[in-house]
Amino acid sequence: MDIVVCVKNVPFTQEADLVLEPGNKDVRKDNLAYVINEWDNYAAEEAIRLKEASGGSVTAVTVGSEEDEEVLRRCLAMGADRAVRVDPGDVTLDASVTAALLAAAVKPLPHDLVLTGVQADDMNHGVVGPLLAERLHLCHAAVVNGLSVNGSTVEATVELDGGQEELCSLPLPALLSVQTGINEPRYVSIMGIRRAAKIDIEVASPDSLGLFSADLTPDLTLEEMYLPPETGAAEMLAGDGPAIAARILAIIREKVGGSNG
Amino acid sequence: MAEIVVLAEHREEQVREVTLQMLSKAGELGRAHGHRVVAALLCARSDGLVGALEGRADEIVVYEDDRLEHFDPDAYADVLGAFLAERSPLLVLLGHTAWSMDLAPALAVRTGHPLATDCVDVLLDGPAVKVVRQVYSGKMFARSAFRSAGSYLVTVRPGSFPVGTTSGRQTTITRASAPVFSAAAQRRFAGFRDSSGGGVDITQADVLVSVGRGIGDQENIEPAREVAALLGGALSCSRPVVDKKWLPKYHQVGTSGKSVKPKVYLALGISGAFQHVAGITGAGTVIAVNKDRKAPIFRAADFGAVADALGVLAALKTELLKK
Repeated sequence: MDIVVCVKNVPFTQEADLVLEPGNKDVRKDNLAYVINEWDNYAAEEAIRLKEASGGSVTAVTVGSEEDEEVLRRCLAMGADRAVRVDPGDVTLDASVTAALLAAAVKPLPHDLVLTGVQADDMNHGVVGPLLAERLHLCHAAVVNGLSVNGSTVEATVELDGGQEELCSLPLPALLSVQTGINEPRYVSIMGIRRAAKIDIEVASPDSLGLFSADLTPDLTLEEMYLPPETGAAEMLAGDGPAIAARILAIIREKVGGSNG
Repeated sequence: MAEIVVLAEHREEQVREVTLQMLSKAGELGRAHGHRVVAALLCARSDGLVGALEGRADEIVVYEDDRLEHFDPDAYADVLGAFLAERSPLLVLLGHTAWSMDLAPALAVRTGHPLATDCVDVLLDGPAVKVVRQVYSGKMFARSAFRSAGSYLVTVRPGSFPVGTTSGRQTTITRASAPVFSAAAQRRFAGFRDSSGGGVDITQADVLVSVGRGIGDQENIEPAREVAALLGGALSCSRPVVDKKWLPKYHQVGTSGKSVKPKVYLALGISGAFQHVAGITGAGTVIAVNKDRKAPIFRAADFGAVADALGVLAALKTELLKK
């Protein structure tokens, strides 16, 4: 089975202090580390496991600059066979434009199954996968936390809210957007990195994909980025670990009462 | 006067809460700008569903068809696409849920209308339609403007708006017939499954000690469990802990896990993604410990400490064992 997995290099923002760029259209990125988008790491692992179990190929595709090739090298080191980078040049990216670029790049690649992450940790659209599926006329399911391929269909588990899941089956070729926790992504091995270094990354551009600016009009234009409004809710507890622990226990005793704690 | 359409999402004969939240937002926009609110209900049997929507919209358009019994993005997109072509509403609101994450892009590509996803607010600014979204792990907000179009598609993050009350609107009910479906159903529904049952019932505890990614390692789960037991409470966690298989799913708090209502919720090393915070709105007092002072969890907390969760956990255990 031939699988395409779409991945993105994203800034790691969870424990970072974010500072707005002048003009308030984005945050400063030069002080941030870049990592494979967490959801995409699970999607890449799932693609490679499927290939290891039943043969075929895995092609990793990203939209990004030369620096973003790091994310493709990582997928190659995990076990992908091919990697394609679409260089957007000066095209303004939103979910819709990204999906248009990916669709043009994925179309000529062999693909029985396309996997993406549910969402990316930076812009959080959660929509590029299904948009890509629609452009390629593939059957799709979003937020998949389990899958198995049986002949010409894929059985998928869709994570709904409220602790419920939907079981469904889709004819191949199909696209699934993969939820975190679907597997345990492997660590990249030294051998994998050496192997990956020998593989050339293919580079495409909107021009080489036959796309024109009319195909690449964003749905949305960002006007302003800003810090979340202050809520002023939390009373902050100061001191070292023991001092904080003592305050926490006092609060718990006050709120719960009785003999607890 | 234009129309704002809200897609009613329902599952197992129940209208989902996000639908009521969207109707309340649509009602507010409708009152401010003189627009009609129309709920679109696609289902196999509408009895029981219509009642939950009545009084919250000016019109409910009901498509009743066996093909609509289970969610199928192709069938739903066919029906809604035809409905939008007929009505040309200004705005279409769908929940940012697993199902609409398939449906909204299908509608966008098939109709050509622009789409904004996971929005926490929608603004009508003169002729411009704008949305507010959260980006970068919820640490920044972004306001974006749609390109100019006939209709605008928006998926709304659950919990962004209050459920509201029935506004006593006179609701007209229109029965419409589904168009001819373009293709045989491709995605086949095979059933529902409960994913969070079994084990400890975290919904009944007075005190929850809840651990997240910041707990660092699986070996720190046991000390947290001990502290929870010493407090007469239970151990719960956020999604990354379940993703890493450190704890079974029945410990998970949040939209894909459980909603909890302890008297005290102690969040250790939990960053506070909205999916997690949505599960603790019923908690009495929320105490958050996280070394990232900008972590969104502090916005949901009554008490906070910028500290290493492990240090605080160790100190809690020492203190509790003292007596």
